Amino acid sequence: MLEFLQQPWHWSVAGVMIGLTVPTLLILGNKKFGISSSLRHVCAACMPANIPFFKYDWKKEAWNLFFVAGIFLGGFFAHLFLQNPEAIQISESTQQILASYGISDFSSLMPAEIFTWDNLFTLKGFIFFVLGGFLVGFGTRYAGGCTSGHSIMGLSNLQVPSLIATISFMVGGFISANVLLPLIFKFL
Amino acid sequence: MEKTIIKTTEIEEIINADVRHTDAMCTNESALQHPWWYNFKYMVVGIVFGIVFVKAEIISWFRIQEMFHLTSFHMYGVIGTAVIVGLISVQLIKRLNIKSIYGEKITIDNKEFSKGQIYGGLIFGLGWAITGACPGPLFAQIGNGFGVISITLLSAIAGTWVYGKLREKLPH
Repeated sequence: MLEFLQQPWHWSVAGVMIGLTVPTLLILGNKKFGISSSLRHVCAACMPANIPFFKYDWKKEAWNLFFVAGIFLGGFFAHLFLQNPEAIQISESTQQILASYGISDFSSLMPAEIFTWDNLFTLKGFIFFVLGGFLVGFGTRYAGGCTSGHSIMGLSNLQVPSLIATISFMVGGFISANVLLPLIFKFL
Repeated sequence: MEKTIIKTTEIEEIINADVRHTDAMCTNESALQHPWWYNFKYMVVGIVFGIVFVKAEIISWFRIQEMFHLTSFHMYGVIGTAVIVGLISVQLIKRLNIKSIYGEKITIDNKEFSKGQIYGGLIFGLGWAITGACPGPLFAQIGNGFGVISITLLSAIAGTWVYGKLREKLPH
């Protein structure tokens, strides 16, 4: 059983389980599925700095902080008990693209060439951790939601603004992966 | 003439509710007050969710690159299936008037268009392909042993804060 669970799970299994999170949260307490708001609640709780956008009763949304703490723990439990011993299976064509970036280590879920503490105080670390993270936090709040809130919760509720947001996420991602990243790796 | 007296705290509550809903999808619509430890059930949902994130490799930077190079169907399969299952669930909840476990009516607000969905969406997209993560996977990546992602998370919180600071000056 454990070995069965340690293999990578099929996309349809993951899709169904993520989709079911939407009704689960609604039925457990009329909560809307979403994640990026947790970042805002941290701002509201820790450093509201008299900014109107952070002046609200964040305790009312504490459930969201418990939810993301659970996601952290889920990642931790998967690491302890369900780690896949094999290298990640990536298509040949993706491997070729990544090789042109100088990335060839597929032993874990993240490329060891980038996501290590050693890179923190380098230009690479600045771009991938600091700049990348900033864009994610700034962009999701400006858009009013992320992949969870807009692309899953919003689309499930047939919201046109969420469709517009989702298309914008994808356009931004395509530009970044196909234009920006090749340039970044060229100069690193 | 009868005067309606509204206490300052009530006004604050009304204002709070509005700000809480500004630029947010996932809000708590429950009017019920529960002790804080009732929130542990959302942690349990999060744990299952986090395990799925790792095991379906959604937290992988590699999978995100594949998605944006159209070299794999995996991520499209995950998101597509999730939307279909979510859509059917929400429609069933609405049509059958399903209540929450506390007997409360489930309400889902409609969202209004704002230019932020385009500008912010594009900015997030740029960051998504660089970090290989949307906000959810950030938490699962840290838990999964990629400690340095905590810097990405801190930076994402800083990005959210700067947005809040500049909000009034940005086009919406």
